[in-house]
Formats: sequence, C-alpha cells, structure tokens
Amino acid sequence: MFDDKTGADAAFVEFDRVQKSYDGETLVVKDLNLSIRKGEFLTMLGPSGSGKTTCLMMLAGFETATSGEIRLAGRPINNIPPHKRGIGMVFQNYALFPHMTVAENLAFPLEVRGIGKSEREEKVKRALDMVQMGDFAGRRPAQLSGGQQQRIALARALVFEPELVLMDEPLGALDKQLREHMQFEITRLAHELGITTVYVTHDQTEALTMSDNIAVFNDGRIQQLAPPAVLYEEPMNSFVAQFIGENNTLLGTVKEIKGDTCLVQLDHGELIDARPVNVSKPGDRTRVSIRPERVETNKARLQPGAHTLKAQVLEFIYMGDIFRTRLRVAGNDNFIVKTRNAPDQVRLQPGTEIEIGWLPQDCRALDA
Amino acid sequence: MSDTTQTGPMRAADGTPLKKSLARALRRQKLRALMLIAPLLIFILVTFIAPIADMLFRSVENQIVADTLPNTVRALKSWDPETGELPGEPVFAGLAVDLQTAAELKIHTKLGSRLNYESPGISSLFRQSGRKVDDIGKEFQKRFVALHPAWKSGETWAALMGSDEWLEQARGWSRDQGPEPRFRLRKSAANALPRTGEVYLAFARDVQGTGRKAVSAEKPWPVLFTALAQDLGQASPEDIAAIDGPAAPLVQQAAAAISSFEPYSYRDAFIQMDKAWGEIGTWEVIKLYSPRYTPAYFLNAVDLELTPHGIEPAPENERIYLKLFWRTLWMSLLITFCCLALGYPVAWLLANLPSSKSNLLMILVLLPFWTSLLVRTSAWKILLQQQGVINDVLVWLGLIDDANRLVMINNKFGTIVAMTHILLPFMILPLFSVMKTIPPTYLRAAKSLGATPWTAFWRVYFPQSVPGIGAGSILVFILAIGYYITPELVGGTQGVFISNRIAYHISTSLNWGLAAALGSILLAAVLVLYYTYDKIVGIDNVKLG
Repeated sequence: MFDDKTGADAAFVEFDRVQKSYDGETLVVKDLNLSIRKGEFLTMLGPSGSGKTTCLMMLAGFETATSGEIRLAGRPINNIPPHKRGIGMVFQNYALFPHMTVAENLAFPLEVRGIGKSEREEKVKRALDMVQMGDFAGRRPAQLSGGQQQRIALARALVFEPELVLMDEPLGALDKQLREHMQFEITRLAHELGITTVYVTHDQTEALTMSDNIAVFNDGRIQQLAPPAVLYEEPMNSFVAQFIGENNTLLGTVKEIKGDTCLVQLDHGELIDARPVNVSKPGDRTRVSIRPERVETNKARLQPGAHTLKAQVLEFIYMGDIFRTRLRVAGNDNFIVKTRNAPDQVRLQPGTEIEIGWLPQDCRALDA
Repeated sequence: MSDTTQTGPMRAADGTPLKKSLARALRRQKLRALMLIAPLLIFILVTFIAPIADMLFRSVENQIVADTLPNTVRALKSWDPETGELPGEPVFAGLAVDLQTAAELKIHTKLGSRLNYESPGISSLFRQSGRKVDDIGKEFQKRFVALHPAWKSGETWAALMGSDEWLEQARGWSRDQGPEPRFRLRKSAANALPRTGEVYLAFARDVQGTGRKAVSAEKPWPVLFTALAQDLGQASPEDIAAIDGPAAPLVQQAAAAISSFEPYSYRDAFIQMDKAWGEIGTWEVIKLYSPRYTPAYFLNAVDLELTPHGIEPAPENERIYLKLFWRTLWMSLLITFCCLALGYPVAWLLANLPSSKSNLLMILVLLPFWTSLLVRTSAWKILLQQQGVINDVLVWLGLIDDANRLVMINNKFGTIVAMTHILLPFMILPLFSVMKTIPPTYLRAAKSLGATPWTAFWRVYFPQSVPGIGAGSILVFILAIGYYITPELVGGTQGVFISNRIAYHISTSLNWGLAAALGSILLAAVLVLYYTYDKIVGIDNVKLG
C-alpha cells in the first residue's frame, strides 16, 4: 500500500536517548533507544507503570520527551503537534465519537484533511468493508458491541492511510474469544496494508502471537527487544524470563564456565548444567531458568551424561491438551512440568519419586 | 405447557387472570412506595401546588361584586349602558339593600378597593356611601315604627323571620348554655319576603357569629326596613296571607299600609349621598365587573383594558407590562448567554484540571453560592455605584473624568452584571457535571486523526457538552426570568423585571388578581419556551449530572 522510500531495514521510527519525567524527580522513561523498521509490527510489553504507554504517547505527540529525540522517517517530531504527525491511533476505550455515526466517525479524519465528499465516502466504504462492518455505517457507536466498536476504531485509525499506527491496549476490554479473533484481524490488516504498527499491551500472549518484534519494558527501560520466539526461548535476563511465559527458577552459584555451558551448584546442593547468559565468572550468583515444557521426565530421552535431579510429584493437574505436574525439586515446591497429552505420556501420581533432566541449552543461567 | 393450548387471557397457576394477579402482587409494592413519598407529596401539594392553583384561579376570579351586591347585579342585567341613561329605580333599590348590608358587615370597602383597580375613585365612593347609606334604612324604619311601635323591637323581627322550631329552641336559651341555637328562617316569610329573608339571615348569622347577644335581643339593622318595604311592595297578597307565626298580623297590617307610604326615590337618595352615583361611568364599571369571572386582569396584564365598549388598549402612559415582559425576556436571555460565556471555560477547567487544583477552583465557584444573596447584591452596589470602587479606580487611573462617572447601577447594566454573577454557579455546575463525563481521550483521538485543537474542540468536545449547556441555560434562564430581589435592589426603574411588578401588586397595591394574571402569563411563557426548547434541543439531551 505504501511505497518503501527508505528501504526495508532503515529505521522508520527512532527513539534516540529519550527520557521522560513528569515531576522532575523520577524518570518514567530512562534512556530509551529504539528503532522500528518500516512495516514492522512492534509490541511494547510490560507491567503497568513500566513506561510503555508513556513512550507511545510521546510518539503520538500527547506527551513531550523531557530529553532526547524522536524521529519519524528521519525527521525529528518532538516539536510537531499531534494533529500534524499523521499517525493513526487506536485507543484503549476506542474513543469513538458518541455523537457521530460510524460513517461520520470514519469520515472525520478525511474531513479535517479537506478531502472531497465523494472521495471521502468511497474511502469510508472501503475502510468499513476492510473490517467487515459495511452494514453499520449509519449506526451510533453506542449501538455497537465491544468487538464492533473495536473494528470501527481500527478502521478510523486506518482510513486516512497513515504510515504508522499506534495501538494502546486496544483489546483490553474484549472477552477472550473475541480478543483472539481481533488479534488475528489486526495482524492480518497490518501485514496486508504494510503499515508500521506500535502496539502496547500488558498481555504477553497477545504480544507473542501478534508481533514481529517485542520490546519488553520494565522500570522505564527496554529489558529485551527481540522477535517472539527469541524472547521466549532466549530471555536475556531473569525479568524477561519471569514475565514472558511460565518459568521454573532455581537459585545457585556458578562453579565453572566452559564455552557455552556452565556448571551451577544449586543452593540445595545439586549440580546442574546450564547455558551462561549473563553470568561472567565462577562464583557469580545465578538464577537458572527452565521452561516447564522443556523439562524431561523420561530419562531415556536425555543425552548421556546429562545432569538429572531428583523430584517428588506433589500434584497432577489434568488440563485437557496438557498435563501440569507440580514437583518438589531442589527444595522448590513450585517446580512445574508441562507435558503434552500424548497416548504414551505417563500420568505421574502424586507422591512418586522421579528423576528429571533437560538439555543444557534449555536451562539458562541468568542474573540472580 | 398448558399455556400453549390455552386461548384467551393468560392465567396464573390458581386460575385468576395473569394481569389481575400481577396487579395484585404489585399493589402492595406500589402502596409502600407511595407511602414513602407521601410526606413530600403532601408537603408539595399543600405548600406549592395548592397555592399556585389558587393564585392562577385568582387571575380570573371576580366573585366579590356579585357576592357583595347580589340584588344590584341582578337588576343591572337588564340595563344597557349604550342608552346613555342611568339605571332605573330597581337597580338603586337593590343597591340600597346590598350596600347597607355590606356596610353592616363591613365588606363594602373591600369591594371598593377591588373596583378601584378598574376605576380609580370608586374606593372612596363606597367608603363614604357606606357611612351614609343607612339613612335610607332609618327613613323606612321611621315609617314602619309609625305604623306600629313593635317594629322597633328585635323580638318582633325574630318572631316574624325565625322558624317556629328555632323560636321554641331560642326561647329556653340562656347565655351560659353555650352558643344560641343556629337561626333558621321561617319558610313562609322567606317565600313572601325574599330580600328581607336574605338580609335577616345575614343579620342573624352576624349576631350569632359574635355570640354576645341573642338574635332577638339585638337591635334590627335599618336595612331590614328597606328590604321589607321593597318586598311588601312586590309580594303577592296570597304569599303575604300565607305568612304564619306570632308576627303574622303585624306584617299583614304593614302590607295593607304599604301603598299609603309616601313615594321614595332611591336614585335621588343615592345621588344626594354622592354625585358619583348619578354618573353613568360608575354604573358601567359595576356592570362590567359583575360577572363572576373576568378576563380583565389578563387584559390589564398585556396593556389592554376592558371597557363597556369592548377591549381597548390601555392609555399610553399606563402601558408598562408588555414592555416589562419583553425586557424580562431579553435580559434573561442575555444573562443566560453571559453566564454561558463566562461559565463554559471555568467548567472546562474544573473538569480537566488535576483534582487538587480543581477542588480549589470548585470552592471558589461555590463560595459565592454560600454567601447570602443580599450580601452579594449589596456588594455589587458598592462596586458599581457612582462613588463606588470601580468608578473611583477608573477616575484614579484617569480613564474617566471625575465629573463623568459611569452610571453602572440602578439600570439594566447593574441588573445584568449582578444577576450574571449570582446565577453563574447554576451554569457552571451542570456544565461541569457533564464535562466530567467526557473522557479526555476524545480530544486526543480527534487530534490524532488530524484535527487542529480548535476543530477537535468544536467538532468533538463541544457537541458532547451540549447537554450541559442545555441544562445550565434552562436553569439559569428560568431562574432569571422570575428573579426578584436583585433587580429590585440594583435595577432602579430601568432594570426591574416583571416579577418586581408582581411583587408590587401582591404586597403594595394588593391587586392580587393582576399579580396572578401576570404570574400566569410568566408561567405560560416559561412553559412555552420549555416546550420549544424540548422540540429543538430535546429534553432528553439535558443532563443535570
């Protein structure tokens, strides 16, 4: 839909050492550096108060950066007022104008741009068809369901063909099924139209399923910026590991580091293999993290010589597609193992003693 | 189940129609709800609805003429003022009885004041005539007493007019038994002597009302002799003969002698009493206002007059009400507009500032609200008067000359300034409560869609604040149109409202009928405006919070 003037890999949106403070005492956003490619779907993910919405508002122009520069297509936009930035935005509560019909809502951005009536009508119709809401042009927002309002808000943000669309937790108010459907719709549209999208959410599943890249925010900083698979499988620090997906952690001390493996002595005494991520030398405290689905309960499947740990089954939960088993491992009573509900899968009985293990690359030694 | 096959009304499980059984089930609930609001309902009915209804009724009510001068009004019916002649003797005869009775009951001055609204001077005519009118009665008394001295005695009259049953009861009565038994007319006497009967009944009620004396012990009113003379002159011999009771012979003797009475002209007697009775204008007014209901108050309220020759415009120098209505209307609109213009930004700030600052601002808005109205109005007097603060400052700054101090009070300007200030909170509060519900994201959304701040405000924020504007405007306008104290204090003659005139008629001129008519017109005007407003804006769009 849009010509790619700057090249696929050149930064379309750039945050350059951006800081934001509201009260002059604390920084809400600390030294933010981020560049977003054209056509990229980037999600800002983080707990509330992590600074992600502030970043979005600075990009939209509703907040000014305290220091640093924000560039859009190479142009600094710090001093451009929001209505001249040409950025589409979808708000958390849709912000559809209640006194206008759906069609009037959609025509609004075209009208203020001085686009003629016939062209306006055509574009509105196309935008409504795009979100499959063609029959609702004459309705008022209050007469629509949450999902329908969501589609209209999306259509309104896209109708004036912006190159960048910002979405501020747009699916927060929808029920689960609708949310999943809309996740798919939004990504489909974004990719079809080739729009650059910055999406803010605190829902990690949403972030994982929709994004090209995810920036995990915490404490005013980007903790990790990576595609979903990398983020999930190779978290760079223990915050990311904890925040994305479920995780088992065991505390210990690094014994020795050999290339891309290290030996960790757990506080409980056992020795395990792990991949060093942000530990540098023997003697460092570390938090090793293993995804529940990467824990192997079948010893035959482990590499020969792999370290195993003794575990006691505390609880077995049948969840349909998977089994969730809670174990006591190295003094940790909340060690979770997830196994696929396959015909050959053993259903572990509470009270039994088993041995568990994992591949060293699945066990990451992170900061303590 | 069985419902599907059933025809006719739905039935409850016990077979009663469903509607009836539902109504029964809800009745208790409704009754309880009604009982909860009953105190307020009764309070409002008694203190608000009933007085208003009474006042509205007063705007057309005109019972007093027909009630006070029943015989005169009846006789006047056949009189045509267009002939240019004075009414005939029957009218004056009726007036003789009516006015004497009214004077005895001391209600003639009330009638005088009532008619004085329509024709200045009538009040004193009634007052002065009331003092002299019993000369007529005394003349007839002399004649009857000459016929038989028993006519002088109250007992004769009681025996003539009282029913046998009552006479029996009254004979055994003494004061320490409590009130005298209620007087009852003798049927035959009332039938033969209708006017005398009416007057005697009024006499007996008056005596028994004071309770000091027995009816028979009280000296008869002179008017009784006038009425008796008139009745005897007209009564048929059969009716006279039918009178029974102890005083029957006496009245039959008088009836026989009545034709030998020297002719008496009531008209001459009245004209001698006051020349005004000989003027046709006096009678025109009485005839004009003799119906029990009159449009006159309403006509007066719109600068028209009811004259014997139809409805005519009031004299040029008396036309003030239409001007006042018009002034009240446009000044109220102007005040509403000023309140809106000043209040809108304040309400916007209140709704959009952080709560610590908006709370402070809210207190500033409400502070005048908690101050007495009189204090605020007086404060404006101090500020606006010619030797007041504003003028002093302007003179000190050299902006105006000391000799040409601005006149800012006791005129329209003063009223508008003071009332805008006083009514401002009524605009701000509804506006605020509506604006509070408009999320700031709408403005952001509009801006993100490319609207300039002004377009965003005008196209997105303003339309959503319209319900608040509607509520505030209607509140301020309705309060302003009926405002009284402030225009009274700072309005002078040029800045007063119609309500000041209403208050004047209620408390000073005591022309309640006109006050009621003015009030009714004001009420109707507000209702019409409200209706139009509803048609244009839609009352559903009005939000008070």
